[in-house]
Parts: sequence; C-alpha cells; structure tokens
Amino acid sequence: MKYVHEFRDGARIRTTIDEIRRSVSRPWTIMEICGGQTHSIVKHGLDEMLPREIRLVHGPGCPVCVTPLATIDRAIAIASRPDVTFVSFGDMLRVPGSTTDLLRVKSAGGDVRIVYSPLDAVRLAQKVPDRQVVFFGIGFETTAPANAMAVLQAARLGLTNFSMLVSHVLVPPAIEALLGSPDNLVQAFLTAGHVCTVMGWTEYEPIAVRYGVPLVVTGFEPLDIVQGALMAVRQLERGRAEVENQYTRSVSREGNRAARDVLARVFRVCDREWRGIGRIPGSGFRLSEPFAAFDAERRFRTDAAAPETTSACIAGLVLRGRKKPSECPAFGTLCTPDRPLGAPMVSSEGACAAYYHFRRYQPAMK
Amino acid sequence: MTNAVDLSCPLPLTDTARVLLGHGSGGRMSADLVRRVFLPRFTNAYLDRLDDQAVVDVGGQRLAFTTDSFVVKPLFFPGGDIGTLAVNGTVNDLAMSGARPLYLSAAFILEEGLPLDDLARIADSMRAACQAAGVLLVTGDTKVVDRGSGDQCFINTSGIGVVEHPWILSADRARPGDRVVLSGTIGDHGMAVMSRREGLEFETEIASDTAPLHGLVAAMLEATSEIHFLRDPTRGGLAATLNEVALASDVGIEIDETRIPVRPGVQAACELLGLDPLYVANEGKLVAVVAESAADTVLARMRRHPLGAEASIVGVVTETHPKMVVMATGVGGRRVVDLHPGEILPRIC
Repeated sequence: MKYVHEFRDGARIRTTIDEIRRSVSRPWTIMEICGGQTHSIVKHGLDEMLPREIRLVHGPGCPVCVTPLATIDRAIAIASRPDVTFVSFGDMLRVPGSTTDLLRVKSAGGDVRIVYSPLDAVRLAQKVPDRQVVFFGIGFETTAPANAMAVLQAARLGLTNFSMLVSHVLVPPAIEALLGSPDNLVQAFLTAGHVCTVMGWTEYEPIAVRYGVPLVVTGFEPLDIVQGALMAVRQLERGRAEVENQYTRSVSREGNRAARDVLARVFRVCDREWRGIGRIPGSGFRLSEPFAAFDAERRFRTDAAAPETTSACIAGLVLRGRKKPSECPAFGTLCTPDRPLGAPMVSSEGACAAYYHFRRYQPAMK
Repeated sequence: MTNAVDLSCPLPLTDTARVLLGHGSGGRMSADLVRRVFLPRFTNAYLDRLDDQAVVDVGGQRLAFTTDSFVVKPLFFPGGDIGTLAVNGTVNDLAMSGARPLYLSAAFILEEGLPLDDLARIADSMRAACQAAGVLLVTGDTKVVDRGSGDQCFINTSGIGVVEHPWILSADRARPGDRVVLSGTIGDHGMAVMSRREGLEFETEIASDTAPLHGLVAAMLEATSEIHFLRDPTRGGLAATLNEVALASDVGIEIDETRIPVRPGVQAACELLGLDPLYVANEGKLVAVVAESAADTVLARMRRHPLGAEASIVGVVTETHPKMVVMATGVGGRRVVDLHPGEILPRIC
C-alpha cells in the first residue's frame, strides 16, 4: 500500500537506527507529542529497537486523555436529555465521568451515536429537525478544521437544532507548559505531524529559541519516527535547537492556509484545563462570537461542575513525560483497560493503554 | 507505593446494570458476560469447555451440536449476505470439531416492513449455501416483531454434524513446539461489511470471505492425526482466537507479522478506519494448532485446497510468556497481541 509499506520497511528502519547509534554519545530524553505516535512506537516495538541512550517519553497528545472531567460530565448531562441526539468520535464513549460514561447513557436509552466525521452530525441534524443534535468537538488542531467546517455548514444551512460541545486543545502552549515546569526532563520534541499539516511550524520557532530545544515535525509511520528521532539526536549532539521537518510529504512551514482561515473564523483562543496537567493559558479553542449560537454549553445550561482534583495522580506524571506507564505501581494490576484508573488507560491513543496492549510481556520477562 | 484510592482520576464503572454493546463484541466483555450470567446457571462438562460447539455422545455416536445468531448490518454486502453467513457460520462451527455437518435449523426474527423481496433473496442465498455445504435445512421458525423492535432481519441457525474420527480438538490442547497455521488472508469479511457501512470505495472491492470450511478440515484430518485445535476466527479476529488458545492451554504464542497475509484493500480500509486486521472478523478462514512434526504436511495439504491456497505457518506455541500472544512486528520489533476489551464496532455477523 503506497505511503504505508515504504514507511514500514524493516531494512530502512534498521539502517536509520544504526545511524542513531553512531550519532549518539550520551543519554537524551525525547518526547513524542502525539498519541498516534506513541501508539505507533509501542505497536511496532520501536522504543526497544532504539539504542539505550535514547529515552522516548510520551507526551500529552491524546485528546481523550486530557479532556477534563467537568467537560465529560457536561457531555453526559447533555447526552442524557430526551430531546438530544449526542454525536461523538467513538473513543470518548468509554471515558468515565464522575458517575457514568456515554456508553452507559446509551444503554440506558440515551441517543448516543458514533461518527467518523463531524459533517455526518450536520447531515443528521438536517434529517431529524425535531431533535437537538449535539456534536462533541474534541481534539487538537488536527480535528479542529473539520469541526469548524461542520459549524460553518450548519450556519449556512440555517440549522437551529445543531450545536457543538467544544473542548479543543492546542499543542504549542502545552509544550511551553512542559518546558516551563521546573521538573522538566524533556530535551527534544517530536511534534505531531498532522497538527503541523494544518498549522505549519512557525509557532514552534520561538519555542526552540526561548527554551533551546530541538523540535522535529514528525510523521506517524515507524520510519517517520526513527527518522525524526535521528534528526533530534543530531541536533542535540551538535548543540543545535531548531525546528526541522521530517514529515515533508505532508507539512509545509505555513501549513494549510485554507484550514487555518476556517479556524480563525470559527474559533477563538481561550484558556483550557488539561486533565492531569492543569490550566494552561491560551491552550484551547472556543467558538467565536458570530457562532456562539452553536455553543452547546450556552444552549444547554448544565450545572456539571465536578471539582477537578489535583492529587498525586500518576496519569499527570505520564502525560508530562515524568514517568513511563510501566513505572506506575497500579499499571497492569489495579489499572487495566477494563478497569482504568486514569484516562491514558482508556483511550486507544493513551500511553498507558498502548503499553498495556503491546508491552505487557516486559514485566513477565524481567 | 501509591494507593489506588488516592488516584485522582475517577474510578470507572466496572460493573454495569445493563447490557452494553461491548458485551457482544467477542472480546473480554463478552467472556465476562458468559462467565457471570450463563456459566454458573448451566454449568456442565460440555458447556464448561466454552468451545464453539459441543461434541456429545448419542448412542455411541459422537455428534457435534452448535447454534449461532446473525445480526449483521447491512443485510447485503459484497461477497454475501446475512443468509450466506447464517449457513456458513454454523457449518463452520461444526467443522471446527472435525465434524461432517448434516442438518441445520433456521429461525427468523423479522421486523414489520421488511421487503418480501429481501427475504426471498436471503432465503435463496441460504438455499445455495446449504447446497454448497451439502447440508439440509430440516426445521425452522418465523417470528415478526413491531417496526422499531428489531433491525429488519435477525437469523438464528443451529446445526448437527457427525464426528467420524476419534480425536478431540480443543483450545486447551496446544503444546509448546506446536505450529500455528492460518488458512489465508485475514480481515476480509469485517472490512467488506464496514466499508459498505462507511461508504468507502477502493480500487478493488473488498468482498467477504464467507465460505464453508468442512471440506478443508476433512482434507487436513486425512493428512494427519496431529491437529490439536481448529477455530474459525470470526468476531474478535485472529487475535481473539490466539489469545483463547494461549489462555486455555496455559502456553505462550509467538507470531510473525510478515507471515500473516492481508489483502491490500483490507489493509487500506483498516488504516483509514484506524483498525488492526488482527482484530477484524473472518467468515471463511481457520486457524489450526498442529504438532511440529505434522505442520509441513498439513500446510501442503491445505495449499492444495481452494480455501487454503494462501495458507501459512504464522507462529509457534512456546513455554515462555504463558497466556500471552507476542508478535514479531514487520519492522523488527516485538509487541503483545492482546484480547480487545470490548470494542465499539458495528455489527458484522
């Protein structure tokens, strides 16, 4: 399959890893931002193939994992209303709120549906004019343009029964929050290729300068990731701190202008709470004033305001790259995908779930 | 050591008062449901094996007996329809005990409003599938429910077959050194149904692999007496079947990703929808666990059969990492192939 097989070519991957081995002279900690990259690393066993000096830590780039409890409770409250058809990407359905989750709302009679595209939710709203269709708009800059398009489309059609519960988050402020933290260990980043496909990489250039870290825009296939790691290692070894692009087949410096224009029209930057990390200034999107009528939070006033506790949840340490999932005492015993204690064990992109599904033999083999 | 109650992330709801879709996914939730609700109430030597069929002794004759319900949506898909599945699925459950399938029953639960032409088309498919498999549909039942109380057409089939060899094929019979043989490409059925549902189109259409496998099984059993286990990897895919063997036999299984055949169209559809072919349903493939000494013989015999032409030895049973399936990845890494916990996938069988 074109664009897949050549990036899973074992020989090229081994050659690149040999190149990393030749380039590396001391230990380095590199964080991949995106949950899709974490998944690919663990699924293909890449981290075990890299030389010992390279410690890959997994970043906060799983939108499901960082969606705050209060938002999930709000989604559940809206989805439970008899007049609402609640539409979401599949992953969110299993994430537990304070007392229940969307799958259980569905089994109790709530009209909860899964789509692959937010535009399907708009089409659904057209089909059922007597019902309120609410789309759960989550994700990073990657999913934001399609969600923005859905809002534009609904506005164009004059739909009064479509709204969106927006919980979008943005990557660069999260990277800055991690780098600004006094306990930061990360020395270089593999940034998320699909986020940069939309946004380009100009936002990352001041970060590289201010914090003196290399940032490599990286794809998701195994060869992409080891090439990204090689580029990061070369920068680290030579004392450079620049933004480089590994994912050239998809990303340009300016990103996707049309997508960025749509985002600028429909959304405004706002502060956001990140589960496991806390409040990060300027790290999210909300609907802009002209589209405020489509804001599900305004349309359905809910008093779901579950207090976000901030005790020593290991999920926070995992999301900040301080700990690996397998370093958690609850990992694989108290905490499993069937009985998750934290969101990174719930989502298929969560680091803990990736370790559980693909890495469980390690403790047994030690 | 962190105490579980100190973790701030919410404890999710492990127990549920209602049936969830995940309970029907063929993964861990399905197994939990059977263990919690049905096994304690009906426990007996046959049921407790949890095989896809029971082999019972009736007057000195070993008979295989099985039942299966079909709720696939859409009813018609490339390569088959709910009727073909309903016949082949039950024929295959019988065949995996090494039985010669003989007789089927069929029960239809129809939703008010189903076009009669659709029902006739389904019945035609069932007749053709029965003829192809050499079985007779000898008894049946029809019920109609109010519009909205069902989804067009559900079918249950049961089947009886005769076991004419003395061997026991079961998930608990895998031994270290045994080879894992797969009869062909994986993921075709599940992706045929899902691509149709999602409106995906590819250069070459993905068609369901639905087929009766008893002929292939008979050929394999003629070639050797050293087959320890057979299973058609339907819901939950190859991953679920291998995990079941590892668990039941208390062994490890090592598979090699590069030896598992996947059609390019299926691979592409999986990439698009974010699925792993290892977990996608098949309706015309089998997995055999075979003694090392007989593996090459069985493989050669399978490859001469039209339904085994792409057969491949994909793995080996090990003493290490018991109860766990580990895969050598195509790029040279290693990873666990887990049983999926209960996925949100559309109804595919």
